[in-house]
Amino acid sequence: MTILPFDKKILDEKRAKAMPLIKAKNLWKKYGDNVVLERMNVSVNAGEFITMVGTSGCGKSTFLKMLLGMESPSSGELLLEGKPIPDEPDQSRGIVFQQYSVFPHLTVLQNVIIAREFEHSPILGKLFGSAKRNVVEEAKALLESVGLTHALNRYPHELSGGMKQRLAIAQALIRQPRILLLDEPFGALDPGIRADMHQLILQLWREHQLTVFMVTHDLSEGFYLGTRLWVFDKLRRDNQAPNAYGASITYDLPVTRRKNEIPAELQTITKETQDL
Amino acid sequence: MKRLINLTPSKPTRLLLGLLPFVIIIFIYLVASDARLAENATDKLLPSFAQMGDAIHSLAFEPSKRSGEYLFWQDTFSSLYRLALGIFIAAIIGFTIGLLTGAIPSIHSPIAPLLTIISLVPPMALLPVLFIVFGLGELSKVALIVIGVAPFIARDIQRCTQEVPLEQLVKAQTLGASTWQIVVRILIPQLLPRLINAVRLSLGAGWLFLIAAEAIASTDGLGYRIFLVRRYMSMDVILPYVAWITLLAFLVDWLLAKTSRICFPWHYPNSK
Repeated sequence: MTILPFDKKILDEKRAKAMPLIKAKNLWKKYGDNVVLERMNVSVNAGEFITMVGTSGCGKSTFLKMLLGMESPSSGELLLEGKPIPDEPDQSRGIVFQQYSVFPHLTVLQNVIIAREFEHSPILGKLFGSAKRNVVEEAKALLESVGLTHALNRYPHELSGGMKQRLAIAQALIRQPRILLLDEPFGALDPGIRADMHQLILQLWREHQLTVFMVTHDLSEGFYLGTRLWVFDKLRRDNQAPNAYGASITYDLPVTRRKNEIPAELQTITKETQDL
Repeated sequence: MKRLINLTPSKPTRLLLGLLPFVIIIFIYLVASDARLAENATDKLLPSFAQMGDAIHSLAFEPSKRSGEYLFWQDTFSSLYRLALGIFIAAIIGFTIGLLTGAIPSIHSPIAPLLTIISLVPPMALLPVLFIVFGLGELSKVALIVIGVAPFIARDIQRCTQEVPLEQLVKAQTLGASTWQIVVRILIPQLLPRLINAVRLSLGAGWLFLIAAEAIASTDGLGYRIFLVRRYMSMDVILPYVAWITLLAFLVDWLLAKTSRICFPWHYPNSK
């Protein structure tokens, strides 16, 4: 048995690696008497792709909003790298909603460069000259990676649903957030287009080394995309007071890609979510 | 035979049907006017088109014997100037208040209830107050338009601001935008076509306040003229003036609609 010499630097690095990116400690969320989430204890490492499924109103969207900073915990803690997560949205966490994610009054290119303009032009929120040219180049490269090069000067209302979501994703990535939040981003798309979007999001997840949290209604999508699948459901139920108990993560499944089978105990949930 | 709700007239038919009521009204007027004039050639109630043409010709193309001005154009210019100034000031005030109360909750709380109450005050009832405070000059006429129109625009813009989807505001924040940047880059550009819309809707009220104020205290203007010649029962002046005011209102409205379409093509997703 060898005893390693004490080295603080190595220890710090190990600690940093061991420190989860997101950690929930006994997290509760209530609206008045309505308990939405209870006793959530979970930690997520950088680079994971978390997919969240569950029936409507089971708190998965609430959890996403808490990650985003739109809602704050009622009790307990939600930590980002050991510190309480900022209680308003900022550039550390990107978001793609199911709809209304892009700005209707800006063209595709403007929709992406606006993020850099926010960053570099605090008063006018607009860039000119060479500063603008650099940003435009960067935005074009990003738009090429999502396949929108042919539509740079179109307005969002001239795009199809899939193209809009591609734009929303490009927009969310330009400020290089470490965490990307997806709120049923492909829910309104046709199956064929959805398959294309799956390839795109997996490719971007790898390229940009993102940690992704995705809410979905489609369990097979959850299994296909995620490295880890969470099922939100209520552990306790009181039929006389349906709001008395909140939901939590009832299944936390590591997923190996390409192994696309749904465990028998989840079949009923699959059915429930597909009925929605 | 299809159901009535499924029968859509073709385009030329629609145009003809649209013109038909105008033709009928003019025809009825002509017949009635002819009948009255045949009975009494000095009848003033339903003048012929020739009489109206003469009256307007002398007002528009012959200098006034008293002041040497071309009264018709002088009236038109004065009225449009007052209306434009009043609506412009009202638009700026209304837009600012509506935007701030709609976008910023801590401004909404103290201002919004006040705004609701102010917009319920009948502006015409305030006209005497304006005359007392601002005198009988231009200022009180413009002020009446501003007071009558600004609260409406403010409330409309406030509603539109609150209707901007929350998703967009959250998205902007995740792109690093400050409150100021959100206002300047997201809200103001999206609200400008809404402002044009609100102005179009408030122009009717604007004309009402303008003509009312001119009727009571003025020395020129379209409203002043029609109320002045009413004393002589000069329908040959009143009717063309009313038609002219209607035409001006139509043109201003059309111009605003056109401007909005050209400047904000993204606001009209369903038209190509």
